[in-house]
Amino acid sequence: MSVMDKGAAGHHPPPVIVGEHDHGTVTDRISQAVFGKTPRWWFGAMGVAFSIVMLMLMSIGWLFAKGTGVWGLNVPVAWGFAIINFVWWIGIGHAGTLISAILLLFRQEWRTSINRFAEAMTLFAVACAGLFPLLHLGRPWLFYWLLPYPNSMGVWPQFRSPLVWDVFAVSTYATVSLMFWYVGLIPDLATMRDRAKARFARLIYGGLSLGWRGSARHWQNYESVYLLLAGLATPLVLSVHTVVSFDFAVSQVPGWHTTIFPPYFVAGAIYSGFAMVLTLVIPLRALYRLHDFITTRHLQAMAKVMLATGLIVGYGYMVELFVSWYSGNEYEWFMSLNRATGPYWPQWWALILCNVVMVQLLWFKKVRSTPVVLFIISIIVNIGMWLERFVIVVTSLHRDYLPSSWDIYRGTFWDWSLYIGTIGFFLALMFLFIRLLPMISIFEVRTLVPGRKGQAAPSAEGEVAP
Amino acid sequence: MDRLKILKSDEGAACGPSSGASCDSGTGCGCSSPAPETRPEEVPTLELSEVRERLDGARGRRYWKSLEELADTPGFQEMLEREFPRHASEWEDGLSRRRFLQLSSASMALAGLTGCTRQPLESIVPYVQQPEQVVPGRPLYFATAYAKGGYAQGVLAESHTGRPTKIEGNAEHPANPGGGTDLFAQASVLQLYDPDRSGTLTYQNQIRTWDTYKSDLEPKIQALRSLQGEGLRILTGTVTSPTLAAQIQGLMAELPKARWHQYEPAGRHEVHAGAVRAFGEPVEVRYELADADVIVALDADFLTQGPSAVRSAHQWAERRRAGSGAGTGKADPSAMNRLYALESCPTNTGSVADHRLAATPSEIAAFALALAAELGVTGAEAPSEGLSPEARRWVPAVAADLKAHRGRGVVVAGDEAPAAVHVLAHGINDAIGAAGSTVVYSEPVPAEPVDQVASLRELVADLDAGAVDTLFVLGVNPAFDAPADLDFPAALQKAGTRVHLGLYKDETSEYCQWHLPMAHYLESWSDVRSVDGTVSLVQPLIEPLYRGHTIHDVIAHLAGRADASSYQLVREQWSDKLGVDFERAWRRALHDGFIPETALPVKQVTAPPAEAAAEAAAEVRTMIAGDGLEIALRPDPTIWDGSFANNAWLQELPKTATRVTWDNAVLMSPATAAELGVTNLDEAAMFHERPMVSVTVGERSMELPAWVVPGHADGAVTIHYGYGRLRGGKIAEGTGFDTYRLRTSDALRVARGNVERVGGRYEMATTQDHHSMAGRHLVRTGTVGEYAANPELVHEMSHGEHDASFYPGFEYDGYRWGMAVDLNACTGCNACVIACQSENNIPVVGKEQVMRGREMHWIRIDRYFEGEDAHSISAFHHQPVLCQQCEQAPCETVCPVGATVHSDEGLNDMVYNRCVGTRYCSNNCPYKVRRFNFLKYTDKTIEIEKMVRNPDVTVRVRGVMEKCTYCVQRISHARIDAKVAGQRGKGDGKIKDGDVRTACQQACPSNALVFGDTNDPQSEVARRKAEPLDYGLLEELGTRPRTSYLAKLRNPNPELEPVQETGRTEHVSHG
Repeated sequence: MSVMDKGAAGHHPPPVIVGEHDHGTVTDRISQAVFGKTPRWWFGAMGVAFSIVMLMLMSIGWLFAKGTGVWGLNVPVAWGFAIINFVWWIGIGHAGTLISAILLLFRQEWRTSINRFAEAMTLFAVACAGLFPLLHLGRPWLFYWLLPYPNSMGVWPQFRSPLVWDVFAVSTYATVSLMFWYVGLIPDLATMRDRAKARFARLIYGGLSLGWRGSARHWQNYESVYLLLAGLATPLVLSVHTVVSFDFAVSQVPGWHTTIFPPYFVAGAIYSGFAMVLTLVIPLRALYRLHDFITTRHLQAMAKVMLATGLIVGYGYMVELFVSWYSGNEYEWFMSLNRATGPYWPQWWALILCNVVMVQLLWFKKVRSTPVVLFIISIIVNIGMWLERFVIVVTSLHRDYLPSSWDIYRGTFWDWSLYIGTIGFFLALMFLFIRLLPMISIFEVRTLVPGRKGQAAPSAEGEVAP
Repeated sequence: MDRLKILKSDEGAACGPSSGASCDSGTGCGCSSPAPETRPEEVPTLELSEVRERLDGARGRRYWKSLEELADTPGFQEMLEREFPRHASEWEDGLSRRRFLQLSSASMALAGLTGCTRQPLESIVPYVQQPEQVVPGRPLYFATAYAKGGYAQGVLAESHTGRPTKIEGNAEHPANPGGGTDLFAQASVLQLYDPDRSGTLTYQNQIRTWDTYKSDLEPKIQALRSLQGEGLRILTGTVTSPTLAAQIQGLMAELPKARWHQYEPAGRHEVHAGAVRAFGEPVEVRYELADADVIVALDADFLTQGPSAVRSAHQWAERRRAGSGAGTGKADPSAMNRLYALESCPTNTGSVADHRLAATPSEIAAFALALAAELGVTGAEAPSEGLSPEARRWVPAVAADLKAHRGRGVVVAGDEAPAAVHVLAHGINDAIGAAGSTVVYSEPVPAEPVDQVASLRELVADLDAGAVDTLFVLGVNPAFDAPADLDFPAALQKAGTRVHLGLYKDETSEYCQWHLPMAHYLESWSDVRSVDGTVSLVQPLIEPLYRGHTIHDVIAHLAGRADASSYQLVREQWSDKLGVDFERAWRRALHDGFIPETALPVKQVTAPPAEAAAEAAAEVRTMIAGDGLEIALRPDPTIWDGSFANNAWLQELPKTATRVTWDNAVLMSPATAAELGVTNLDEAAMFHERPMVSVTVGERSMELPAWVVPGHADGAVTIHYGYGRLRGGKIAEGTGFDTYRLRTSDALRVARGNVERVGGRYEMATTQDHHSMAGRHLVRTGTVGEYAANPELVHEMSHGEHDASFYPGFEYDGYRWGMAVDLNACTGCNACVIACQSENNIPVVGKEQVMRGREMHWIRIDRYFEGEDAHSISAFHHQPVLCQQCEQAPCETVCPVGATVHSDEGLNDMVYNRCVGTRYCSNNCPYKVRRFNFLKYTDKTIEIEKMVRNPDVTVRVRGVMEKCTYCVQRISHARIDAKVAGQRGKGDGKIKDGDVRTACQQACPSNALVFGDTNDPQSEVARRKAEPLDYGLLEELGTRPRTSYLAKLRNPNPELEPVQETGRTEHVSHG
């Protein structure tokens, strides 16, 4: 893998993987998670996640039986948790593609250890996100009217609406992410096929590996496809959340109608995406003892990306405030004051605390290299980014132009149960993934291994391989 | 089930065309054919429990034999015909297995028997000869009259193939100039189809028939006759119907020892008492506001309450519009009237007053006395106390204004004001030369004007003394609404035989052996007078849905004329009074809705004597000296005295001052609330829960939620009555609090008492939590003087240029619909809200959904208080907001499926069946006029409720957005009519101005809403929009709203308000 060539780096950062490894041990260690005995915690965790999936299904069932009125929506706040969660999940889904595609193009080889995992996370997050626009419809069974399909009535979607753009943006993103992930999996699927003992597993892995034999021709085709897909996915990282931000920016609601939304949404998305990768990777690393492959260097790099994007997000908040004052628009300025001092002031201040204040800790190397602290910060950022969407959606709507229509929005049990339900859904998919597929790209990590057997890679931060 | 049978035209009651009456006028059609009583042979019915009893103990062959025997009886057949036999649910309790099997086999057998019953043959065939005027899909309009508290409004009932669906005002009727109605008339059609209306005649809760009732009561009536009516008492509401009055008076003449009592809980007791004390007789007082330059309202919400509200609102608004430069575009301060309002609780009248003073009831009385003294009313001496400094400042200013407009001023004392204030008002009106010009006196409208409180007291005394053998309670509900101190329910039970006639099985029927279902006015023949005395004929549009009977029927039976129908009785009443050609005149009257020249003649009165004024002055001093908080008891603004409690439209209608729905509360000013430590307004914007207070009047006490109303007088609270029903329908029961428990016969309107904070909170549903405009120019106001000096006043309040666009506008070469809302004329009376609900099949969502902010009204009345803070409210405003039908509609561009689109006539159309429910349009609508069906709000399972719906308007399903359409169905009808007329050579095929009147416009008593083609410069709407007062709500957003507003002008008295630099006013600062 030329792009992954270790020698390409000009200076000498800490090595990407540590410990004594050769190709065989890498393959063993990673595929062990699939072929080894299922750990006991997995059953417990999967059980919990699965019961939350049941909660989600129940919430959806109740929603379909009764209508969107089971949620806390009203006029003026006609969008609530569904849109908040949609934007939140889509944002989380950004990290995977960014890590896979953009970092690939930038030849950041540390991506190798986490890209598979992050891509899977992207897919599952997009799956969760994709549920919400459908469920939030008043008549969800007619969702296909948003698609431009030829029909006898000659009716098309209304292309001026950003919701139609959303349909294209999200579905394209989901498709490309899936393809990228799958293509990247093929060589490893072949490895799995070769190592699987059970006939059924051999069949499944064999089918999925599309006859991969690892010939030079295969590798050549693979490299070009992967690079092409990376090129295709890169603009999507920027476009999806840009389009999602148009859902708001195109409207005339004070607090939504602002030009800073596209960049600030994209930054926010990457911010929350990396936070979610950290949230998942830190415990998994400990559980599967993957410290050799996912090193503090990885954690540090992700923390730096978070710090950078967190600062952009903070800047976005500032500019938003400044412009609402500087524009002299009474509705905008009222909106800003109302966010900070109105009925939802606790949410707004919590959001500032989570997203702007806490992230400053990442300036410290000590913090960046302490997994427990990073884990806590990543959770805080996840909460903060959810609050950001809550503040944008709810506080803008609940007091807009005519005070006569102002009202209060509160999520109901069914709002929360669906939200928590999708977290369970996400986790359940994640647990299945780590149990059934190599969570780290085996063949790519193998390229990082020093060529000679027996020569230990230098240890970083004094970590000892188990 | 044939009880919903719609009358075929040849059955008579519903209408005339087929019976030969020729009606050329397009709007109304009289009904002339008699209504034969074609009721099916009625038989005593059996109850399931009785069947069970008769089968009990029978076994084997005997069991089946007795079942067969039973099956042959007519009562059993009747029972089978009913879908759910009574007590069917009682089967559940405690059955042994054996008993269960026994019963199930019987049920199987019964089911089999039902199945074998041959359904009566009914032929469904198309008309062979189409009845004249009946065109499927086109409604017919019949003139009739709606009466509340005995006083009529002329209405036109819209009938779709025999089914009345909508009430409109009858513009030709003297009580409804301009064709508006009040909200009760609009909502009355829902009551007709109320599934909770009593559907069965019962004796001690067992179902009987009208025939059994008549025959069972016959011996009693004979006995009463032989005793000359000794022990017979009849209790009714206020009766203005000449026919009914003649019937009752005839009966009383026949049975001289019988007594007739009247009691109307929210009646005009004080008006009556005031007139008697001032003039020695109960003259009717009527105001002619067309000529009034200065109006002083003393606790009088005369624009929305009382029998002449519709008429007064119209006359007042005409002068308002004239002064604001309607038609000329140039303000004329001298043409505008000036309204001073003193009131304790904010009312609609207060919202449009030029000067409003929040004052307690006693302070208002003191003001009346001071004003009388200032104007030299003999016997009135100015009070030394009881007036705030502001009120003191008012007295000379108002007096001077009245003096300056001698003969063109008027003091209006409200129905709620105490009799003493009425006496003083009569004195003042005499002193300022108003009597005979702006105040007109006539013979009383009620047929027998009595002191109703005394009348009820007398009845209760007789009941307590055991002097009442038979009591008929007709059309009223005293067990619920009689003053608490009389303990009517207890007294009622002392009568031997008790008969109740009512629309509902209510609290009174609970205590009566007999309950007779009453016919709704849309099912009845009758006559009734309006405030000027004009007699209107009430004609049925549909056969009684629940086999109800009218008061006429009950009295006729008592009088020994059991077979005379109401129709015959009304005709007889007028047979010798309509001139030589009775039939012709009768048809004319039915067609027009009223009998011409029946207005009561104007009566000359002499000035009230000095003793009356002196007595009133003494009373006012007593009032001022009273101890404790003043507690004003008022009928509820929407469900009135409780008789509309089962009307969901009215329950969900936001009340004027509070925007509260579904409840009543103790209303108080922020200062009073702070004193009591109960609540604050900011909290109110966040939470639905309100603190409870206990209200004590004398030894009576109850707990109620407290509600803070900016603009309420300090030192007084207002409590509305009518809520807290125990019986009377699923909607009525369990809403609000029964505050009649605080109302005693000596303090019907104002009591002195005590209010204290107690523990506990209560959830209330309001549609508007916020009180101020947050400093935004939503309701633009100015004074008429400023406007005269600077016609650009209103436009200067705009935020710059807002029509700018890079793109050329759409060329409308046909119609371009638009609406203008004149805030000078709007009183916020809510009639338009109910009219819209009725016209457009708008569902009611219930209290819980209102609390969640999901009310569905397509037009709402926004209310804003103005003032330095919540404690000093200088004014408050109403603003009707409906879809603004923006030219650049923000909703349209964001809909992903194109479910809301612009028509080539400028309408912002909503395509329900294309809507998938993303709700983006609602978010992007700055006016928040879009309403979403979050749940399945329209119940499509109750058959009878389907009948009230307008067949021209789609009933929306769950998950779709809806909003005002400018009544597009009416536009379509008008377009078709115009085209058809054009093809026949009449007209040019174009809709003429005024052909389309939206439902809200039609209902508006003050002509505040005008709809039409803005492409036609001659149209009323185009002329209004051309006035310099015209502005668009939030026009700075560039939406280019098609609904525009005419700014509200005040006409202040310079003595009370020195001319200021600017017309802009600061707004309440709190949220």
